[in-house]
Amino acid sequence: MTDIINSIVVLLNFVIIPGLSYGSQLALGALGVTFVYAILRFANFAHGELMSFGAMITILFTWFFQSQNIGLGILPTALIALPFGILATIILGLLSDKFVFKYYRKQKSVPVVLAMVSIGVMFVVNAIIRIIVGTETIKFSDGQKFIMKAKQFKVMTGLNEGLALKSSQVITILITIALLIFTFWFLQKTKTGKSMRAFSDNEDLALLSGINPDRVVFITWLIVGTLACVAGTLYGLDKSYKPIIYLNLVLPIFASAIVGGIGSPFGAVLGGYVIAFSEIMVTYAYKKFFKYLLPENLEPSSLIQLLSTDYKFAVSFTILVIVLLIRPSGIFRGKVL
Amino acid sequence: MRFDKYEWTAISIMISLFILVGFIQGWSVSLVILNMCIISAIMTMGVNISWGYAGVINFGVMGFLAMGGLAAVLVSYPPIKEAWHVGGSGLGISFVLLICLVTAVYFISKVVEKKSYKYWLNGLVIFFGIIIIRYFFLNATSRIEEVDPALAGFLGGANLPIIFSWAVGGFFAGGVAFLIGKVALGLRSDYLAIVTLGISEIVVSVLKHEEWLSRGVKNVIGLKRPVPYEINLQASDWFINIVTWFNSSKLNKIIDTDQKQEMLNDLIINSSSLFVKLNYAILFFVVMIVIYYFANKAQISPWGRMMRAIRDNEVSANAMGKDIVKQHLIIFVIGAAIVGVAGAMLVTLDGLFTPSGYRPLRFTFIIWIMVIVGGSGNNLGAIFGGFVIWFAWIEVAPLTTFLINIFTSGLDPQNAIRLHLLDSVPYFRYLLMGMVLLLILRYRPKGIIPEKVRHS
Repeated sequence: MTDIINSIVVLLNFVIIPGLSYGSQLALGALGVTFVYAILRFANFAHGELMSFGAMITILFTWFFQSQNIGLGILPTALIALPFGILATIILGLLSDKFVFKYYRKQKSVPVVLAMVSIGVMFVVNAIIRIIVGTETIKFSDGQKFIMKAKQFKVMTGLNEGLALKSSQVITILITIALLIFTFWFLQKTKTGKSMRAFSDNEDLALLSGINPDRVVFITWLIVGTLACVAGTLYGLDKSYKPIIYLNLVLPIFASAIVGGIGSPFGAVLGGYVIAFSEIMVTYAYKKFFKYLLPENLEPSSLIQLLSTDYKFAVSFTILVIVLLIRPSGIFRGKVL
Repeated sequence: MRFDKYEWTAISIMISLFILVGFIQGWSVSLVILNMCIISAIMTMGVNISWGYAGVINFGVMGFLAMGGLAAVLVSYPPIKEAWHVGGSGLGISFVLLICLVTAVYFISKVVEKKSYKYWLNGLVIFFGIIIIRYFFLNATSRIEEVDPALAGFLGGANLPIIFSWAVGGFFAGGVAFLIGKVALGLRSDYLAIVTLGISEIVVSVLKHEEWLSRGVKNVIGLKRPVPYEINLQASDWFINIVTWFNSSKLNKIIDTDQKQEMLNDLIINSSSLFVKLNYAILFFVVMIVIYYFANKAQISPWGRMMRAIRDNEVSANAMGKDIVKQHLIIFVIGAAIVGVAGAMLVTLDGLFTPSGYRPLRFTFIIWIMVIVGGSGNNLGAIFGGFVIWFAWIEVAPLTTFLINIFTSGLDPQNAIRLHLLDSVPYFRYLLMGMVLLLILRYRPKGIIPEKVRHS
């Protein structure tokens, strides 16, 4: 019996909890991409940089608060700095819309042109970030690092395997749940949310029924900025902040959004978790897991790893390609918020 | 090829910029920039052919470049016999098994009628097939990687002159593009962009981690050259004679023989490195002109006309009986093959293959900026875009240093802001690239040298 519990603990520690936290970060990112796609109707390559920008501003404010000795005790100081980061990200989003994207929206340009334009925005934001903080890795998580250490767990339960619970993981999951509940409540129950859904479904009809497009776009950037900044900051808290990482993160985020069915917010969230879990599960070495489950003479000699961890990144794209081949519209048939 | 006034201006501005750099920063710098400019121009033409002619988006530039680079290694590196000896048979077996697996899957999809059975059966066959193949494959590769890991640890290549690899690189990239195109070309353009971007990442990560094939992150160094080495030049009589003859007036002014010899030595060292770079430039230039010639011929041919028709109105082209899927695949493969040629040339110029150096920002997005800025659909525009953007990419750093120094001249030299700005000079190029792309897309969406509208 203990063997089974041990194996479950191994799986929890190395697959499920990291998968949940990474999946939450991807889900928030993918939700942002989905909002842009469903309402502004283009694939926003600059989303990763938006996340990075939000995280950067949060870090700058975290440093400020740390220098003023303002903190949250066991919680990371970044949580107080987060609202400022969100505000800055929203402003950046609105500025980029006003000076760049609006023109092409009015021109009714094809989506590819808008995607190109977003690449331009990506370069500019990328440069701004690098000019301000450079390219070094920044660790900004403070407060208590672990809620439960592996050793504590072992002592507590008497099991062979430890279960470590990082506070950043718990914070990530909790904030994600809160944000997702809020977003879905907003979309389903409020009048503004309904008008956004109408706008994404059929722009002309929405305009005819008196929905103000500028307002919808404004609210979209509010949501997108919030989601991007929170996702970026949480990712930075969990791993560590590195400006270049976010460019690489764009691809799994797009993969999540498309796998779930681009344009469908629920699909985006699900896609995030699907991508995260498959990345981790395919590259995890199951040797320890099977060691507890199988009788001793059957104990595996190899690592039992489907793919080496080097291919973590390739997994998300393989899934994307497979989904696009079998079910091109994604798991949830996308298009509409 | 007849150029109009506008195009002549563009060409002459470019030439005078290189001459200017030659006089200010030295001819060596100018030639280094020129070489990379030519390679960039070839990449840009490759992308321009698929995007400008037919509207097929290709964000996989990085992957095709890497395939070209792999070709350079596999063609030119001497084979490592021991590695073949220990791992060759295992690799052979796994390759044969792979072919069996593919045939089996193909056979099952043909024979089994019911869809759900088909998926399950195929899944099972693939699963067990991969387990068996992995057994042979991993054994073989780990043995190969153990062969002298500090110097070899991979299979090596065919020991041919590296210049062949330029064509082989085209075939490699074209082959990969064929597979990608078969899978992904049916997608809508922005999906296609994301998918090709992702697949190029997969290609690069395979090259990074399959050490038996490409030596992975350990890099392959010391590749052969298609041009002479500086050391050999410095020792050869004819080269010394040429240098002496070229600088005879300068040398004759010096009377002291020791000084004369010293100066001659300096001159020989400098001009040998210049000569090598010039050789590269000539080789690359020939390739560029050849590709340019054929690209232009293709564009004005009936085939090019059909491509434009497909680009401008897919539905009506389809109604006229053009096979759009096939043509899209063809042009995607051709474009990728040209990028592959450029990739092989890039590795030839560097003399080393570093898979971890392939990053999308540098090798995909910059190339796209070149295409957009130069003018999609116009080959001269593509070349011009490649030249201008690469030139700017390199020359922005000294220029920003200069500008920052001017603007902060009122501040104390140890001022924190000034020092920080000077530290981040390399990042200003991203800012410039982004701004250039945004401005061009806004005010000149067809590029600096737009496509010529032909009424024929």
